[in-house]
Amino acid sequence: MRKQILAAVVGFFCCVGVANAQNTQQEIERYRQMIADGNPAELFEAKGEGIWKQKRGPRNVSLEQCDLGKGPGVVKDVYVELPRYFKDADRVMDLETRIVHCMVTLQGFKPEDAKRNPFSTADRTSDMESIVAFVTAESKGSKMNVAVSHPKEREMYQIGEKMFFYRAGPHDFACATCHGEDSKRIRLQDLPNLTAQKDAQRAYTTWPAYRVSQSTVRTFQWRLNDCFRQQRFPNMEFTSDASVALTMFLARNANGGVFAAPALKR
Amino acid sequence: MAEPMKIRAAMQGDKVEVKVLMSHIMETGQRKDAKGVTIAAHFIQNVSATHNGKTVLSAQWGPAVSTNPFLSFRFKGGKPGEKVAITWTDNKGDKRTDEAIVTG
Repeated sequence: MRKQILAAVVGFFCCVGVANAQNTQQEIERYRQMIADGNPAELFEAKGEGIWKQKRGPRNVSLEQCDLGKGPGVVKDVYVELPRYFKDADRVMDLETRIVHCMVTLQGFKPEDAKRNPFSTADRTSDMESIVAFVTAESKGSKMNVAVSHPKEREMYQIGEKMFFYRAGPHDFACATCHGEDSKRIRLQDLPNLTAQKDAQRAYTTWPAYRVSQSTVRTFQWRLNDCFRQQRFPNMEFTSDASVALTMFLARNANGGVFAAPALKR
Repeated sequence: MAEPMKIRAAMQGDKVEVKVLMSHIMETGQRKDAKGVTIAAHFIQNVSATHNGKTVLSAQWGPAVSTNPFLSFRFKGGKPGEKVAITWTDNKGDKRTDEAIVTG
């Protein structure tokens, strides 16, 4: 009789434990919806639009004729189709790589100058973050639709996939080490399982984001760079083929997901 | 000159709901930089909102308010098409005023 009561009590607490976990998740979602209203990313979107339209660089030209994949000057819904192959550069490019390309070819900047200061620091804000905020906001609400039709796009996807599972660095970490299983967390941060469709869609469609703890918009190049730092890998070079390959892999895996960025994160 | 605020003002029933995003560093004055030197305090101290010349909100802020503050409030007596102006002043004497028009 006592054994049965004990079993029932233990069973009850187990149920309560599971219910509490689900409740916590719901409450976190509710909190996120409440604070979504005042997203400071909008300040960066406005600033980015100004920079996009401003005449700059040695040629004193704006970025308004930049072709982001849907024709010169078209900004609407470009991000959900990136990365993609660009014939004029004979290269697969993500958004930031393409913006650098336009800064060099249209505005006359030297490549080193265009790539300088991609991420804001305590001393300096980065224009690139604002431009990315502006362009990605124009894709908000659209479904991810990255193609792998060109052979170079396919190649980039495959390289990205290999990189995702490749263990390296002093901790022998791969991306999959942290992002290869369901319901994992590091400290108090959920780790999306990027090998599962739902998590992969949710993760990719919420970058770029205003990172409250850093008081700025962080882009996808930044997110990958930071992952490399967390794995204690060598520095990931801004707009390198490695960064584009990984982006290609993750963006393509998010196809079908509704783009919700610029979002708000911790 | 500080960066522009983003203001939205819309009718919510018989009240006007105003939402403002302000671009400001809101430095508390308690942080230290990499060399150990205290970073000087720089935060918004006063916020006021006016409608038809009348003050509908006035606030005194301190270092507890975060960077790029978001403010949301409602007031009675406004109609679509009318202007709402928000002004902030900070402890260094900087100031910024922006306006928005109430939408239906």
